[in-house]
Amino acid sequence: MDMNHTPDPSHLPDDDSVYEGLLVGDDSQWAFGTDFEDPLAGVDTTVPDGVDTHQLAVYCLMLADDALVMSHRLSEWCSNAPDLEEDIALANIALDLLGQARLLLARAAAADPSVVPALPDGSPVPPEDALAFFRDDREFRNVRLVEADNGDFAMTIARLLLFSTWRLALFQRLAASRDHVLSAVAVKGVKEMTYHRDYAGRWFLTLARGTDESRRRLVAGLEAIWPLHGELFTTHAAELVTAESGVGVDPATVADEVDVRLEQVFSMSGVDRPDVAPLAGVRGKTGRCGLHTEALSRLLAEMQVVARAHPTGSW
Amino acid sequence: MTEQIQGDWPLYEVFVRGKRGLNHVHVGSLHAADDEMAVRHARDVYTRRNEGVSIWVVRSDAITASSPDEKDPLFAPSGDKVYRHPTFYDIPDNVPHM
Repeated sequence: MDMNHTPDPSHLPDDDSVYEGLLVGDDSQWAFGTDFEDPLAGVDTTVPDGVDTHQLAVYCLMLADDALVMSHRLSEWCSNAPDLEEDIALANIALDLLGQARLLLARAAAADPSVVPALPDGSPVPPEDALAFFRDDREFRNVRLVEADNGDFAMTIARLLLFSTWRLALFQRLAASRDHVLSAVAVKGVKEMTYHRDYAGRWFLTLARGTDESRRRLVAGLEAIWPLHGELFTTHAAELVTAESGVGVDPATVADEVDVRLEQVFSMSGVDRPDVAPLAGVRGKTGRCGLHTEALSRLLAEMQVVARAHPTGSW
Repeated sequence: MTEQIQGDWPLYEVFVRGKRGLNHVHVGSLHAADDEMAVRHARDVYTRRNEGVSIWVVRSDAITASSPDEKDPLFAPSGDKVYRHPTFYDIPDNVPHM
């Protein structure tokens, strides 16, 4: 052996750089990384017996639209967050939710293709994109909590706490769904939203116990978003029907658990539960029925404008 | 709130152990208000492409570093001690990570 040999860089052990390992394995389709898991790998995609496929599609749209709209709001923080690190943290959360939305929109389209908007013949736009970009606000089924403007960072944190605590509780139950796709999406989402809730809870506490200014902003943000909190636990017909057939979750059933969780954060933070009235719907109808605030129209206009200008575009 | 509020968060150095890695390796630095937030920021900033399974963070001002001025007295003497390298015997094929 050559006494004066220097190591050949191509034979350095993997741990010289944690990124080295990313170049190993079958990663031909990825710019970075390997060992990515397809959350639906091996999952039975047939709709279980005794399930109304249209109601299942509507239910999937509800869960998908919550994630899609919330994801878009969070993505508006890109380059605008208080700190580079928070910028990336919020973008990560937005991307987790976007991933959930894609799977759920695709599931809605598979369960009942009639919910997908018609596009010109030959359009290469996949069903999940058609649902995201070619429906009008009245066809969106998200709760109104997610469509409200971001406000400042404190209000965004307050909303994220309410949203992630609620959605985590829903998905923990949805993991037992008879629909194997919904179950797989929920199992994936529980891990993601456990982190989202932790992130929001820590920031909530930090802002509440921080400076007078951070506390003032947090309390104001929570009060501003609180009128949309009650809607999270109002059961829509599609939620009831899918829950009864064992594929969905009735949101009313998670109200107590969410309440306990929130109370823990509020009491640690020394913040009182806001005493403000719920935002009324239109003749009792709210986001789940497709009746939204003006904020959603503006959000969709921005989110959809490019896709709608090119209905046969390939991306 | 009795302590002086600092305008800037302290700097932390981040070490990540990759899936196939044996050691935590320095990957960069970031700002955070406290140690716990630093771990979470590190998760968000440095492991978002599936890079890591473990994170260490340490405040940059807690690290004592050698000075560039000391480069020669510290490191030059080892430059000609070829007998310190394990290159005088064959490594068996079943000894990993050498």
